[in-house]
Amino acid sequence: MAWLVMFFVVPMVQLFLVSLQSDYPGFPGYYYQDVNVANYARALTDFAPHFGRSMLFAGLATFFAFVLGYPLAYAMAFKAGRWRGVMMICVIAPFFTSFILRTIAWRQILSDEGWIASTLNAINLLPGGRITETWVAVVAGLTYNFLPFMVLPIYSSLERANPTVIEAGGDLYANGFTTFRTVTLPMSLPGVLAGTLLTFIPAAGDYVNAELLGSDVSTKMVGNVIESQFFRVLGGFPDAAALSFTLMALILALVFAYTRKFGTEELL
Amino acid sequence: MSASAVSPMTRVRYWIADRWVMTSALLVLAYLALPVVYTLVFSFNNYTKSNIAWNPVGSPTLKHWLDPCGPPGICEALVTSLQVGAVSTLVATVLGTMIAFALVRHDFIGRGPTNLLVFVPMATPEIVLGASLLTIFVQGFPSFQLGFFSIVIAHIMFCVSFVVVTVKARLQSLDPRMEEAAADLYADSRSAFVRVTLPLVLPGIVSAAMLSFSLSFDDFIITNFVSGDVSTFPKFVYVSYLRGIPAQANVIGFSLFLIAVLLTIGGQVVGNLRTKKG
Repeated sequence: MAWLVMFFVVPMVQLFLVSLQSDYPGFPGYYYQDVNVANYARALTDFAPHFGRSMLFAGLATFFAFVLGYPLAYAMAFKAGRWRGVMMICVIAPFFTSFILRTIAWRQILSDEGWIASTLNAINLLPGGRITETWVAVVAGLTYNFLPFMVLPIYSSLERANPTVIEAGGDLYANGFTTFRTVTLPMSLPGVLAGTLLTFIPAAGDYVNAELLGSDVSTKMVGNVIESQFFRVLGGFPDAAALSFTLMALILALVFAYTRKFGTEELL
Repeated sequence: MSASAVSPMTRVRYWIADRWVMTSALLVLAYLALPVVYTLVFSFNNYTKSNIAWNPVGSPTLKHWLDPCGPPGICEALVTSLQVGAVSTLVATVLGTMIAFALVRHDFIGRGPTNLLVFVPMATPEIVLGASLLTIFVQGFPSFQLGFFSIVIAHIMFCVSFVVVTVKARLQSLDPRMEEAAADLYADSRSAFVRVTLPLVLPGIVSAAMLSFSLSFDDFIITNFVSGDVSTFPKFVYVSYLRGIPAQANVIGFSLFLIAVLLTIGGQVVGNLRTKKG
């Protein structure tokens, strides 16, 4: 059986190796083979703001997803009782509607004519006069789209935690907050770690939210650049490949630094 | 903890904390559900140009529900998505299950790297996967036409990882004594596998298949890179966004949502009944 599998694994390995290599810049396919470092230089200088925005937006989205997701996961693990299954379905159910449709729904919710924007406008709380086309909408969309990826790992690590340990914190005269900080939070840390990675990585590479909810210039993320270099710029392949590769390296570096800092938890 | 040991003040605080957590959890759930509600509401919108703003004149209307295949291309895209989903789910589930068995049961050379290789696609941003696949298809095989098969190949590639992880988790939690018992009862390894191991792992395989179908069906970023001229349902919606999305997309999207939710609830109810009986 192992042999049989090896025959399937080997082509897969091959596919992955090739797919990783072909990203390499100076591999301009039709053009000529070369080690053209200028692609990288261009990717880093011309598109540095886009990288910055990708990291910033993804970081913000991860933070908000954590702030919103933790109470939900906590409630599901400890307070929900027999409603747990129902809440679980409620968390997963939005996935069953197409991701694009849900993002467009946010466009409808936040649109200039929508009640949120018009209410904020009526009481003069919206400086620019609109929500869509700004970074607020992009971050809101990213937070929304990847929130379940934050909730589910936190939930599963909280669910495994023993509630009597938390009660022991209370018995030892710790107040609610101290118990949470010193007992509950550390126990859920593996889930938080997995959740932040699962949120950050897709958010950093996403371009759908920036495209559908953002504007043309000020909210473009690196994904938008890669996409347009591939499809709309003639001969943009090498640049786009260099950008993708840089994005991946950047994310891997961040992930590595992050797991180092918060303990090398086995993620698999 | 016994209630008498806690002062009334603390109990009040616990009461508030309880409600606070539950309230915020419900608010977050509402936040998650809001776009789905909007998708449903806007499927009744009697819009003129684009389905972004609500048009109070003539709304709500049932006309989009009565004519779901009205806009050209939408049902073709839906059928393509279903076909891609079915084929890639089938292949990814079979391949992924075999890989999972190999990883858990057999100690072969290259097991560590295989583990890593299974993990890497999940940790890579979709856009990088899509871009690298596009470069292989275009540069590695110039005669290969982008389309249905390139989408299927790409989907199998990223679904396999999720299948492997899901099935592996199930396999690892299996009690090895079950198989030993089968062997003690003179089952040869083949029938022990078919009659004991496979039924025990089956729930994992089924949920892996469901996961990979929904991943494949909903994938947009990778599909957009490798699909050429072929349109899938998410791509259709995205592309038509520029011209104004037909409300039929909402009709189809919400119907799929409803079907999936009903299937999930149905599955849970059946599962509950079965465990109660057993």
